[in-house]
This record gives sequence, structure tokens and C-alpha cells, in this order.
Amino acid sequence: MSQSTISNLKIMKPFANWKNWLGVVPFFLFAFLFLILPSLRLFVGSFTDNAGQFTFQNILQLFTQKSIIDAYWLSIRISAITALGGGIFGFLLAYSVTVGGLPKPLRSLLITFSGVASNFAGVPLAFAFVATLGRTGFITALLKDVFGINIYQSGFNLYSFAGLSLTYMYFQFPLMVLIMAPALDGLKREWREAAENLGATTTQYWLRIALPVLLPSLLGAIILLFGNAFGAYATAYALTGGGLPIVTIQIGAQIRGDVLHNPGLGYAIAMGMVVIMAISLAGYSWLQKRSERWLRS
Amino acid sequence: MTRIRKIPFWSWLWFVLGAIYFILPLFATLEFSLSMERDKIGLLAYTKAFEDKGFIRTFTFSNILALATIIASIILFVPTAYWIRLRLPEARRLTEFITLLPFVVPAIILVFGLIRIYGSPLDVPFTNIELLQPLTNSRFGTNILIVAGYMVLAMPYMYRSVDTGMRTVDVRTLTEAAQSLGANWFTIIVRIILPNIRSALLSGSLLTFAIVVGEVILASFLGVDAFGPYLFLLGQHLAYQPAALSFLTFLLTWAAMGLIQLFTGGQSQTVGAH
Repeated sequence: MSQSTISNLKIMKPFANWKNWLGVVPFFLFAFLFLILPSLRLFVGSFTDNAGQFTFQNILQLFTQKSIIDAYWLSIRISAITALGGGIFGFLLAYSVTVGGLPKPLRSLLITFSGVASNFAGVPLAFAFVATLGRTGFITALLKDVFGINIYQSGFNLYSFAGLSLTYMYFQFPLMVLIMAPALDGLKREWREAAENLGATTTQYWLRIALPVLLPSLLGAIILLFGNAFGAYATAYALTGGGLPIVTIQIGAQIRGDVLHNPGLGYAIAMGMVVIMAISLAGYSWLQKRSERWLRS
Repeated sequence: MTRIRKIPFWSWLWFVLGAIYFILPLFATLEFSLSMERDKIGLLAYTKAFEDKGFIRTFTFSNILALATIIASIILFVPTAYWIRLRLPEARRLTEFITLLPFVVPAIILVFGLIRIYGSPLDVPFTNIELLQPLTNSRFGTNILIVAGYMVLAMPYMYRSVDTGMRTVDVRTLTEAAQSLGANWFTIIVRIILPNIRSALLSGSLLTFAIVVGEVILASFLGVDAFGPYLFLLGQHLAYQPAALSFLTFLLTWAAMGLIQLFTGGQSQTVGAH
């Protein structure tokens, strides 16, 4: 008797389960129509030539056409510099309010501010930096009037690589603060005490205990910052008006009108970006898992 | 031997530097926006910006888009997250993967794909039979497309917010209790689940609002008359009004984030629509 009920249940289960899947059809349909399908279209397009035939030419051209390599290289450099700079500065800030001994209220102030600043991007951010470091910006004028330094005469330009990097930093280091503050909280007081009891100096403690424990989340966060800058478009476009040909700007130009005279190549550039974004997100989540080993709170 | 607590010099240094970096651009924007009249501090740039019909139109429209995105997201994501928790745990990983995809597909790529798919008529494969007119042909179709796009951009925050909210309530017990009292699915979701995850819903909604109201990439490529493109165009030929509106955008973001802090007790999230 009981034997047959069990086998009955086993037969019943896949059927019942199939019905359960119906409940999530709307969500998957939505994701397919507005996320998967558009991405697939670009993917297929990047392997299609102008006559509609299959080709590897577009992908190959990514690695041979100089303007494309330059665009990727520019994007990579800007993302790497702002990820590293923002990462280091953000880490120091997160350090100062967590284990650095600053008063507690400053911590929640900094975290709230970081939440705002990491969301304050795009056109308004670009305008804010024009008002600060543009030709007639606040700092530019201040330096000129008070210290007699004309930064534009000494080679600085907001609408350039350095200017865009400074602007990106505004949303990069707050993101780092938001990621690193919880990780720094995970450092256990006992580790420090144990190290001190064994005669370690502060430097030794940081170099041999704290930093190795924090390293995965530190690296992971920097990789995330890289992706964050790599996918940015609006800030760069509003600031330089397309004058600094990073990859996203190139893609934007390709959408507005086929500037490459080869739609397939445009799709291939977009796919290249997706691949880089995917690698950085995968790297981040892998490192994040590793860091949980020590920093589980 | 008591240890003397030193003033943490380095910590203070980093903090002050950070504060300067945060505040200077905002201060400069504010200062600039207040100095439209020569040698006088005044709100002229703000009154001029508000008087502009374009501002009222686009800002209202962006708010409507944000509201539509939030409502549609709640209608789609809450039942899905609920159902997966209750009946379909095996779909968890797949759903989690999908909700993370928008991080891999930045807005500029998403709009590229959307335009290519919905900017041309949808045919039955290998035939010339037209299933669907291009969505971008009509204003209504474009609005549907942009709301769907915003739902995708906000999905990592909204869906995760909803899902995390449900983790703290015992969905199964609540459902069984409601069912034993004769409630149907609609009643359960609207009157039991939604009120129980309201703080998660609120923080997800505010984040969505912060993403959508100033969004410029989808709006400008799809040709939607929203606040983001308006502000961008304004910046092309005016100086003071865009600064004023930028500062206001900052205050708006601040308000949204502050409210989230208030409702979630400090677990802030971040957005990536740069």
C-alpha cells in the first residue's frame, strides 16, 4: 500500500511542478522580451556581415581596427585609473570611520553621503564639475585670484582624460566606501589583540593580518568599480560632448547613425563591452565569496 | 599601564579630504546658480528654470514614468518573488542570475538592443507576415518600451529589495493562515504580503525613482521628452539654469537616499546608471 503511494507521489511531482512554473512565466517572458532578446540581437548581429551572412570578420576587426582598439584602451585606462584611485581613497575613508577611531556619528554621515554621491551621476554631475573646475569654475577662479595659478594655462583641462577621471571619481570612491565599510567591520578585535600580545607592531598587523584578510574584498570591490566606470556613458557625454572617444561614446554614435558603415561591427563593439562587464562581475562575485571565509560576521 | 588614546590624525585627514571632495562640487554648483544677477546673490536662475514650460512638462513626465515603472515593477516582481519562495525554490538561482544581468548589460547596450528589436516590425520568422508594428513608431509604444527598459535597469535593486524583504517574513505560514481563512491569491498578495514587505518596497521604489527621474540614456536614444534629455539640452545653450536644476537633482537624490536610510535603518544600496 504505502509502496504505491510513494510511487504515485513521485509520478505526481513533475506534473505539479510543471504547474508551479506557470506562476513565473510573466517574469521570464518580461526578462526574455526586454533583456535577453535585445542582447541576443546584438550577439547574432556581431556575427553577421552586411549581406546577412555569418562571419567572424566583425570580431576580428575589434582586434585590428585602430580606432576601435584605441576606444577600448581609453575606456580601460580611465576605468582602471578611477577604480584604483577611487578604490584606494574609498578604502582609506572607510577605514577612517570604521576602525580608524573617528566618532560614530561621522560614520552614518559618510555612509549616507556615499549613498547619495554614488547615485549622483550623469548630466547633473557633469554640470557640477563644470561649475567647479571648468574654465570659469569655482576652483579655477579661486586658484587664479588667490594663488595666481591658472590651471588651464598649466595644461589642465576638464574636458580631457584627467578631467573626466576626476569627475568619475565622484561616484567611484563613495561606492568603495559602501562596499568596504561592512568588510572592515568584519575585522575581529581579537585578531588585533592577539597580534599585539605576540608583539606585532601596527604596520605588521596591517601588512600580515588585516590586509591579507581584506584582500579578496578589496580586489573584488576595485573590479566592481572598474565595471562601474566602464559602462558609464551619460557623464562622459555631458562633459565632453563626445570629444573623448571612449567605447560607450562610440556605441552611442553608432546607434545615432551608422558611423562605422558596418552595423555588424557596431554590434561586435557592444558585445565586446558585455564580455568585459561579465568578466568583471564574475571576478567580483568570485572574490566576494572568497572573502566571506574570514569576514563572516 | 593605560594606553593613551591618540587623536587619529590620519583618519581625520582622510575624512576631511573626502568631505572636501564631496562638498566642493556641490558648493560650486550652488554658488554659481545663485549668481545669475551681476554682483548679487539671488534665486533668479531658479525662478527662470521653474518658469520654463519645458521644465514643467519634462519633469512631470519623468515623474509619471518613474511612477509607472515602480507600479509595473511591483505588479511583476512581488508575485514572482513570492511564488518562488513558496512553491518554486528551484527557480531561485536562475532568477537571481537574471536579476543580475542588467549589471552586465549597461544602459547604452540595452537601448541599442531595444532599438534594434523594437524599432523594426516584428515578423514571423522566414516570412513577410507582420506580427507587430515597430513599438517606436507610436508615442504609446515608445512609452511602453521605455518603462520596460527602466524596469530592467531598476530590476537588480527592486527585485532584490523585494526578495530580501520576503526573507524576513514567514511567507509559508502567512499563506497557510490566510488560505485557511478563505483568502484567494489576490487577497493574499495585496493584503498580506505587500503590507509585510512595505519598507523593502519603499526603499526599492525610492531607488527606482532616483534612477528614472534623471535618466538620460534610454530617454534620449528612444526620443522620449523626459527630464534627463531636457537638462542636457538646456546645458548646451544656457549656464545658470542647468546649474540650478543640477543642484536640485542632487537634493532630490539626497531626499530619496535619506528616506531609504530612514526606512531600512542604514542598509544603503547603490545605483549604476552613470
